[in-house]
Amino acid sequence: MMPASDNSGLVVRGLTTTFETARGQAIAAADIDFDVAPGEVVGLVGESGSGKSVTLRSVMRLIREPGKVTGRVEWGGRDLVAMSDEELRRVRGSEIAMIFQEPMTALNPVLPVGLQIEENLRAHTGLGRRERRARALELMTIVGIPDAERRLNEYPHQFSGGMRQRAMIAIALACSPKLLLADEPTTALDVTIQDQILKLLLDLRDRLAMSVVLVTHDLGVVAATCDRMAVMYAGRIVETGTVVDVFAQPRHPYTRGLLGSVPRGRAVRTMLSSIDGTPPSLTDLPDGCAFHPRCSFATEQCRRERPPLAPVAAGRLAACFHHERVAAAEAIL
Amino acid sequence: MSAVSEIPRSKWRLKPGSWPKTLVSGGLILFVSLLLAFFPGWFAPYDPTAFDYNALLKGPSLEHPFGTDSFGRDVLSRVIHAYTIDMQIAVFATTGPFIFGTLVGAFVGYAGGWTEIVFGRIVDAVLTFPFLVLVIAVVSVLGPGLGNMYVAIGVVGWVFYARIVAAEVKVQKRLDYADAGRVMGYTSTRIVFRHLLPNAITPAIVYWMTDMALAILLGSSLGYLGLGAQPPASEWGVQIADGKNYMTTAWWISVFPGISIVLTGLGFSLAGDGVAELLRIRR
Repeated sequence: MMPASDNSGLVVRGLTTTFETARGQAIAAADIDFDVAPGEVVGLVGESGSGKSVTLRSVMRLIREPGKVTGRVEWGGRDLVAMSDEELRRVRGSEIAMIFQEPMTALNPVLPVGLQIEENLRAHTGLGRRERRARALELMTIVGIPDAERRLNEYPHQFSGGMRQRAMIAIALACSPKLLLADEPTTALDVTIQDQILKLLLDLRDRLAMSVVLVTHDLGVVAATCDRMAVMYAGRIVETGTVVDVFAQPRHPYTRGLLGSVPRGRAVRTMLSSIDGTPPSLTDLPDGCAFHPRCSFATEQCRRERPPLAPVAAGRLAACFHHERVAAAEAIL
Repeated sequence: MSAVSEIPRSKWRLKPGSWPKTLVSGGLILFVSLLLAFFPGWFAPYDPTAFDYNALLKGPSLEHPFGTDSFGRDVLSRVIHAYTIDMQIAVFATTGPFIFGTLVGAFVGYAGGWTEIVFGRIVDAVLTFPFLVLVIAVVSVLGPGLGNMYVAIGVVGWVFYARIVAAEVKVQKRLDYADAGRVMGYTSTRIVFRHLLPNAITPAIVYWMTDMALAILLGSSLGYLGLGAQPPASEWGVQIADGKNYMTTAWWISVFPGISIVLTGLGFSLAGDGVAELLRIRR
């Protein structure tokens, strides 16, 4: 794993988010460790309910009651989980920004888009009215909204889905954040627009030397954009590594299953394999490895104890007792 | 919503025919009512308080279209002059509660937690009493008169606005754009007033219009009971009370003010429905 130096990047250690529900305690994210180096794009991958969005929201302390977050989230040497609300408010939006899955609902429907960009500048800078306007115009141009001057005064409902996500990104970028958290930013968009938005994010990463954490369930998106990835299952990270390594040789049966369920353009009419069974309920996780009921590699040991997330190769971590068998197994495709 | 190209540029650009009928009819009634309220002297044929002992309890005629009352005062002129007071009641008795209730509701809805529990008990306590009885109790303590009546209505009335706004803010604060605001580091005050409230206030505005109709009814009821506007002021409730002993012999004294109450109330209700419909269209 790429070591993050003391004062730069994001360091997450032991992040755990639990919810008290009527059916007992649900551990939505358990003991999450990951680092994001400056300028790096890290993908958090998993199916619905695997805890990837909860992890991202926990980093930003966006978890509502009755959710509880413990652990450490270090940003520039400060702990986001422990810092005061006012201190956190200053970091949010200026140093760390976030964009959401649904650009339709993440923009305020009754305020003009330009004004919503200016809101961020008003919250974090001392810019005057004119300067804010000029900066908003500049941002709209940076994110590729044509005819920006006119569109500043338009409302979100007058924007198409892709343009709304661009506007959302413009708001997030207003104060040149060092870290952008993107919660499924392209899931609600159609494929061509998706591609444009991802290219825009990568381009901005290069130009602004910004780190990005990208939450997605789409392995294609990860392959196209991320440097490193972490695969989540039932609230835990089960495998991490560079995107190239993980795709070439998955070390966890779940990752292997995920990769096998994605169609590939080059292969000629192969069967897609699916992972049998369904994800477990977070209030009633199986003993041992949470994945064992669905795993073809599972043994008695997997049913008894939970495998730790341990180094398996250079820059690779996996939480599987049988990672060598998994790595050695013939690729599904 | 998808990328629809034919979206009207202006917020209010509706074809004349597509304005809600309720809004047009309600607006028309209110326009006439306001005209009468601001310039009663232009329309009233007589002085509303001038006695005419030669024309006591006269029925409707060309000279006195709505007849005269037991003092020979022209009922039409009194009905017209009453617009000034009754429209004033509609606005004054509801604006204070609207503003105060909205502020409280926004705070309660956003803060949640124990604030909401305390607020819920206050609402319950107020709702336990019938509205009219509570208002009458407050006026009885403070003494009759229009000023005290506004206070009495305000003390009770804000609760309804606060309840509506609190519920709506509670919905809005869970939407993504509220989270987006938090995550951009906006202060809570800013999120509530700049971002949530404009989205949450619509139902309160619609209720406000309806509430004006209720305020007129309430003002007239209190006037009738002698707790609101005081004689010899012309106010519909007072006029109805004036005529109650003559119902069988001089029905016009009470009936015409009654019709005015119904008509003005209808105007506010229609306008309220119309505004609601208009806002629905815009969504």
